[in-house]
Amino acid sequence: MNKVILIKYGELTTKKSNRKFFINTLYNNILKKLKDLDVVISKDISRMYIEYDSINENLVLKRIGEIFGIHAYEIAYKVETEKDNILDTIKEVLSSNIDNNNYTFKVETKRSYKKFSMDSMECNHFFGSFILKNFSNLKVDVHNPNIVVHVEIREKYSYVYLNEYKGIGGYPVGTLGRGLLMLSGGIDSPVAGYLALKRGIKLDLVYFEAIPHTSLEARNKVIELSKKLSIYGGEMRLIIVPFTKLQETIYQNVDGNYSITIMRRMMYRIMEKLALRFKGLVIINGESIGQVASQTLTSMNVINSVTNIPVIRPVACFDKLEIIELSKKIDTYDISILPYEDCCTVFVPRHPVINPVLSECIKMESRFDYEALIDEIMQNLNIIKINEDMDKDKYSDLL
Amino acid sequence: MVYLDYSATTPVNPEVLKTFDKVSLDYPGNANSLHELGMKSADLMNASVKQIADILNVNSDEIILTSGASEANNLAILGTILKYRNRGKHILTTKLEHSSVSETVKFLESFGYTVEYLNLLPDGKIDLEDLKNKLTNETVLVSICQVNSEIGIMQDVSQIGEILKEYPRVIFHVDGTQAVGKIKVDLTNIDLYSFSGHKIYGLKGIGCLVKKRGIELVPIIHGGKSQTIYRSGTPMLALYASFAKALRLIYTDFDSKYSHIVKLHDFLINELLKIDLIHVNSNENCIPQIINFSIQGIKPETMLHALSEKDIYISTKTACSEDNSLSESVLALTKNKDLAKSSLRISISYLTTEEEIKYFLKVLQEKIKELSFQKGE
Repeated sequence: MNKVILIKYGELTTKKSNRKFFINTLYNNILKKLKDLDVVISKDISRMYIEYDSINENLVLKRIGEIFGIHAYEIAYKVETEKDNILDTIKEVLSSNIDNNNYTFKVETKRSYKKFSMDSMECNHFFGSFILKNFSNLKVDVHNPNIVVHVEIREKYSYVYLNEYKGIGGYPVGTLGRGLLMLSGGIDSPVAGYLALKRGIKLDLVYFEAIPHTSLEARNKVIELSKKLSIYGGEMRLIIVPFTKLQETIYQNVDGNYSITIMRRMMYRIMEKLALRFKGLVIINGESIGQVASQTLTSMNVINSVTNIPVIRPVACFDKLEIIELSKKIDTYDISILPYEDCCTVFVPRHPVINPVLSECIKMESRFDYEALIDEIMQNLNIIKINEDMDKDKYSDLL
Repeated sequence: MVYLDYSATTPVNPEVLKTFDKVSLDYPGNANSLHELGMKSADLMNASVKQIADILNVNSDEIILTSGASEANNLAILGTILKYRNRGKHILTTKLEHSSVSETVKFLESFGYTVEYLNLLPDGKIDLEDLKNKLTNETVLVSICQVNSEIGIMQDVSQIGEILKEYPRVIFHVDGTQAVGKIKVDLTNIDLYSFSGHKIYGLKGIGCLVKKRGIELVPIIHGGKSQTIYRSGTPMLALYASFAKALRLIYTDFDSKYSHIVKLHDFLINELLKIDLIHVNSNENCIPQIINFSIQGIKPETMLHALSEKDIYISTKTACSEDNSLSESVLALTKNKDLAKSSLRISISYLTTEEEIKYFLKVLQEKIKELSFQKGE
């Protein structure tokens, strides 16, 4: 008897015209994610079937749980469509998965192969009475059963399974275009990135670096966070922006309480240029309304006015605790709280302005030639390819 | 040379030594330093620890690197006792332990701890009913050797761990020194697990204690955080990296190495059983790498030296035990003092060849003839 993982697409099914594109993207994402595990994947319009080596079962299941676009999945037993085969399988599935205690159950049959000798209702009765005969500890309860025995009858093969596992949902990454995530070392931006990936956006990551005011450890921290994101988002580019000179110039030329506002405006200007160069359609960041001075609505308004590209703030309306909860779920929290300064924290004024005035910003920005500095930055980008297992061969000569 | 003492120690794998050399030269920074050289070392340290953790299927933060298994055993036992001294003063262990466990618990007796030894069934396995009976509200630690070093008896530590799950106050330590690299290990139900590098073709001077999340220990070497907070001292980066490599290499092509050993073991046992005067002490619960036997009437040291003259190296008991005493392990298993006094241990490896075994058997039979003849005179 052959075990397969049966994947249900969920939200995908509503996208009629793009369906094929969505399914193919999901298929490719799954293939990449499981490439080292010797699996065979087949797909049809409503399901994907993954055949795997049972030794890898836990690993396969773990990774399936990290792929967006999967609504639900089951470990199903696959048999040729034939009444006796199905009965044998039901018997084996039940005896290997339940103990001797008393349980209630029902059978749920889906029959897409209409030439099968019984219809769904008849199947439910037939399989149900077979189970009652063979398992004295099982009783029928169609309303609130402990166990649901699922039988899917298809033309060539049928599938029997008990439990359905919930996938992480969302859209397959890459189905909704590209975006650029502003990734600091903090708690919020990785969570924002995760949520953007969930909606199918393929990400490139942008990190503003101000060496020597920020350390290489801070960069490593960002790389570690990027690796966590690539668990869900596949391979991505980390664009490291050399921000030191511009940041120092801002610090020297603008009024202290405006320095953060102006710095953020400069970052947005650079993001817009990066979006054009790297074909991103949106900017994504971890801003959360009211969290710090640059994240008041007035600040957001003044800062955002430098660009016309949509800025998506997935955690804008989350409480800090909700963000922390999610960051723990995606395993970025422990990395984020490592105490290295990033460029948003090095030159923090004592009293940053909460309600900046746009005309003031423009006045202060006219004191120095930021365009030239930004051009210089754009010529000196450092790009690192990020992969969840990018370090796998890093020490292959030593370890 | 015919080396048949792989359970005492193994020759270092040249690949492992290469790593040691290269890391020693190329990574001069202290992994605890904040500058770039230090960070470079720390990165390799983390990668080494992660590789060890991945192979054992545990988390990186559960790996404590030590100077060897003896230190790991001491840290496991003393660290547990110090941390959980309010839980009770009763320790359970067996007569099959390495001296770094048995001497450490004996040392604790002088501080008012009671040590009880679990009964063995005739086949050498721990009597699980006896374990259940001996567990009390005062029991703080159960320490069990997964594979005994003298006879090779393997305990079902997963099953013991399963039983101990019902006693959440009891810490379960397993000494896996003779298990890692010889069999596939599963640390699921184990709180603390020790093993060492030089038994897996790594270097001497490196070992590991796996400490599961949720278990706490008081360090026995104080001095602040190093690779972990549980063991101070400058990170021994070259040893760590070489250890990670040794562990990876020993589990590479493991199945074919193992079946080679099983073949040699079966052949050797068959031939030994044909020889008069020889009693094989190891049984079917023993791992195939360790073969313990006694030769009636011949002092084991005499045979050891006689074979050594012919460039064959085997062992009486374990290399770590005192001379002249009988083997506690063989006695515990056979209940026969004569056998316990005259036992020899051969330990084989995937490096062992059939020719070596044949040569050993030939010389062994010659020496038995010679030595029992002399005795007869």
